Amino acid sequence: MSLLEITDLRVGFDTEDGLVQAVRDISLTLDEGEILALCGESGCGKSVTAMSVPRLLPPETTRLSGSVRLDGRELTTLPEADLRHVRGKEVSVVFQEPMTSLNPSFSVGYQITEVLRRHERLSRQAARSRAVELLELVGIPAPQRRMKEYPHQLSGGMRQRVMIAIAVACSPRVLIADEPTTALDVTIQAGVLDVFRDLRDRLGTAIILITHDLGVVADIADRAVVMYAGRAVEQAPVAELFANPRHPYTLGLMNALPSAAVGGRLAEIPGMVPSPLSDPDECAFQARCPRAQGDCRAARPPLERHADGHLAACFHPGGKQ
Amino acid sequence: MLWFILRRCGSAVIVLFLASVLIFLGIRALPGDPATVMAGEEASPAVIEAIRHEFGLDKPLPAQYLDYVGQTLTGNLGRSTQDQLPVIDIIAERLPVTLELSALAMLVAIVVGVGAGIVAAVRRGRLADYLATGFGLAGLSVPHFWLGLLGILLFAVTWRVLPASGYVPFTQDPGQNLQRMILPALVLGTGFAAILMRQTRSAMLGALSADYVRTARSKGLSEVKVVGAHALRNSLTTVVTVLGLQLGALISGAVVTEQIFVIPGFGKLTVDAVLTRNYPVIQAVVLITVIGYVLVNLLVDIVYAFLNPRIRLSGGAND
Amino acid sequence: MTRLWRRFKRRPMPMAGLVLVVAFVLLALIGPLVTGDPTAQDYLATLAPPSGAHPMGTDDLGRDAFARIAHGAQVSLQAGVLSTLLAMAVGIPIGLVAGFYRRWLDPVVMRLVDVTLAFPFLVFAVGLAAIIGPSLKGVVFALGFSQLPAVIRITRGEVLAVREMDYVAAAVADGAGDGHLIFRYVLPNCLNPLIVQATVAIPGAIIGEATLSFLGLGVQPPTPSWGVMLTTAQQYLSDAPWLAVWPGIMIALATLGFNLLGDGLRDVLDPRSGR
Repeated sequence: MSLLEITDLRVGFDTEDGLVQAVRDISLTLDEGEILALCGESGCGKSVTAMSVPRLLPPETTRLSGSVRLDGRELTTLPEADLRHVRGKEVSVVFQEPMTSLNPSFSVGYQITEVLRRHERLSRQAARSRAVELLELVGIPAPQRRMKEYPHQLSGGMRQRVMIAIAVACSPRVLIADEPTTALDVTIQAGVLDVFRDLRDRLGTAIILITHDLGVVADIADRAVVMYAGRAVEQAPVAELFANPRHPYTLGLMNALPSAAVGGRLAEIPGMVPSPLSDPDECAFQARCPRAQGDCRAARPPLERHADGHLAACFHPGGKQ
Repeated sequence: MLWFILRRCGSAVIVLFLASVLIFLGIRALPGDPATVMAGEEASPAVIEAIRHEFGLDKPLPAQYLDYVGQTLTGNLGRSTQDQLPVIDIIAERLPVTLELSALAMLVAIVVGVGAGIVAAVRRGRLADYLATGFGLAGLSVPHFWLGLLGILLFAVTWRVLPASGYVPFTQDPGQNLQRMILPALVLGTGFAAILMRQTRSAMLGALSADYVRTARSKGLSEVKVVGAHALRNSLTTVVTVLGLQLGALISGAVVTEQIFVIPGFGKLTVDAVLTRNYPVIQAVVLITVIGYVLVNLLVDIVYAFLNPRIRLSGGAND
Repeated sequence: MTRLWRRFKRRPMPMAGLVLVVAFVLLALIGPLVTGDPTAQDYLATLAPPSGAHPMGTDDLGRDAFARIAHGAQVSLQAGVLSTLLAMAVGIPIGLVAGFYRRWLDPVVMRLVDVTLAFPFLVFAVGLAAIIGPSLKGVVFALGFSQLPAVIRITRGEVLAVREMDYVAAAVADGAGDGHLIFRYVLPNCLNPLIVQATVAIPGAIIGEATLSFLGLGVQPPTPSWGVMLTTAQQYLSDAPWLAVWPGIMIALATLGFNLLGDGLRDVLDPRSGR
C-alpha cells in the first residue's frame, strides 16, 4: 500500500456559468520518500488535484468525489475538525507566491512557531529554538536574527525558504509544493530545489511537486504525471518519460523547450485548451494533435500500460521524434 | 518608529499653528468693533474700553496674535459675555461630560460595528450578512438625531423606561448617570457603528481571500485563529484609519445629541454660544475642538504605524 | 456607456436607490408646485393629527406638514447639490494645480488640506454661522468646504497617476501642452471617482443641512426644512408625536437612495475604491 492513494478523483466548481469540471477521474499514488511531479500547462487541474488532499479548496463551491487515502485513512470524508490535525502535521503545502502567502503583520518567527505550537505542544522557548533549527535546515543565514524580521524585509528566495520551513516544521509525511520556483530567479531556483532534495534524503518526506517547468521535473522528480484538461494523459518514471515520451502532448511539451529549438524557432503546440465546461466523449487533445485520426474523435482513449510503470492515454502513441 | 512619531508631532504643531491663526483672524473678521463684539452688545462704553485695553486690541495685529497665544497657553481664554465667568472654567466643567458621552458611544460603536462587520464577512452571503449590511445602510442613512427623537418617544414617553433628558454627574450618582447616558450613547454610537461595520466587513473580506489566510488554514489552525488572528490583524489598520476619519462626525454628533437630550456638555455649550453670539466662548470652543481633533488624529497615526510593521520599521520614510 | 448601464441595471439595490433619488428630485421640483402654502398658518388647526385635509398633520402654528415636507425637499436638494458643485468648482482646480506643479505648490496645498481636515464640519459650520449669521447660504458654504479635501485628493491623485502613464509620455513627446493633458487625459479619468464622491457627499450634505437647521444654525423659520420641522417636533414630542415621523423618514429615504445609488455606481465605475 502506498503512502498516498488518489483514486477516481473528480473535482468541479459551481460558477456563474455552470459547473466547471477541473479534475476528471485522476488516479495516482505516492510512496514514501518519492518526489512526484504533476505537470501540465495552466488550468490543467494539477493544483486542484494536489489541493484536494488537504481539502484546501473553497468549501461552498467545490464538488468533490472519489477517494484520497493517506496511510489507508480516507481524507475526503474526514470531518473538518479532524482534518485540521492532518493539515500542517501530516500533509503540508508550500504555495506559489511567497510574497503574499506570508502574513505581512506577523514576524517570521511567529509564523513558524505558530504551527509548531499547534501540533507539537511545545513551550514558547522550545518552539523558538526549533524554529531556528528549521531556518538553518532550509539554508537561511543568521537564523536567530531572522526570527524577529517581517516578510517584507526578506528577499523572494528567502521568503520561499521560510514557507518551506513552516511546511516541514512538524515533519509531514507529504509535502505539496505548488510551483515553488515559478516566482523566483533561476539562480535561486537551484537552491530551493536543493532544499527539497535534502528534505527527502534527511526526513524521508514524500513530495508532490506541481510545475509546468519540465526542466525542474528532469532535475528533481522521481516520477511524473502529465495532465491535460483535467485528466492524466501520461505517467512514468522521469528517466523513462524523457527517453520515451508516448503521448503527443508530452512530446509537444518537450519540443517546446528552448533546448529543443530547431533553427532558432520555438516549437509551439497550436490551438487552445478545450473549455472546462464541456466534456465530450473524445480525446481532449485531438484538435491540436498532429497524429489525430478518426478514432480519436469517436471515443476517449484510456490509460494503457506501455512499459513498467509507464502509462499513456492515446490511440496512436509515438516514440521520440 | 521614534523618528516617525517626531515627524508626525511636528506636522501636528504646524497644523495647530495654522489653525490658531485662522481662528484668531476669524474673530477679527467679524463685522464691527472687536471690543464691542467681545464685551457683548449691551456693555457700556467704559466696559468696552476696558476690554479693549485688557485684550490689547489697540496694538498691531501680530502683537495681538502673540498676546492671544500667550494668554491661551497660560489658560486665559477670556470671559463669557453671558455671565462674565472665565471661559476656561466653563469648559473644564462641560468637557468631561462630552468626553464621557463620546467614550460610551465609541464603545458601543466598536463592539457593535466591528463585531457585526466580522460576522458579516465570515458569513458572507447568508442571512447574518444581509442583516448586518442592512443595519449598516440604515445606520448611515438615518439622521441620528431623528433616531434620538424616536428613542425618546419610545423609551421615555411611551414606555417610560428611561429618562428623556438631563444629566447627573458620575461622581454624584453613577447609576443615574449611566441610566441617562444609555440612550444618548446608543443614538450617537449607531451611526458610527454603521460606518465601522461596513469598513470592517470590507477589510475582512479582503483579508479572508488573501493568500496568507490560505496558508494559515493549511497549517491546520482553528478557524477562530485564522479569522481572529490572521485576517483580523490585517483589517485592523483599515478600522483604525476609519475611526480617526470619523471622529469629526462623532464630534458633530455629540453636539446634536446633547441638544436633544439636554445634556450640559461641550456640544451644547457650542450651540448656545453661537446662538447668543458669545464670541469668547465660540473662539475657545473652536480652538479646543481643533486641538482635540489634531491630537486624536496624531494618536490614530501612531497606532496605525504600530500596527503596520512596514511603517514601524522604516520610520515612515515612504510617506 | 450602455454597457455600464446594463451592468448597473442588474443590481437590485442600486436600482432601488436610483428610484428613490428620482422620486426625491421629482418631489423637490414638482412638489412645491402641487401642494399648498407651507407658511400658511391656521390657528384653528394647530397640532392636528393626520387627516384628509392634512395628510401629515399640522404643526404648532397650524401649517400643513405635507406642504412643508414638499418644500423642505427643495431645500435639502439645494443643500446637497449646491455644496457638491461648490466643492468641485473650487477643489478640482486646486487638485489639478497641486498635481501638476508638484514641487512648489503641492506641499502647500497638502498642508492646507490638513488644516481643513482639522476643522470638523460642524465646528466650521458653527463658526461660519457665528460670523455671518445662520442661513442656507452659510450651510452650503460649510458643506462645500467640508467636501473640499476629498475632491482635492481625488483630483490630485488622478493627476499623479496619469502623469506616470506611458500614453501621456508619448503625448508629451509629441508636443502636448499641459492644457491638452488636463482636458484630454486627467479630467476624463477624474470623472468616475468624482461622480462616486458626489453620491457619497450628497447624502452627507442632506443630513448636514438637516442637522444644522435642527440646531437653529441653518435655515431659519418660516422657511421649511426637514431639520427645522424636527426642531418643532421635538418641542411638541408628547403632544404631537406624528410630527417627528415624516421629516425623519424623508431624510432617511433620500439619504438611503443616494447611498444605494452610490454603492452601485462605485461597483460599476470605480471598482478599485476598496470594496
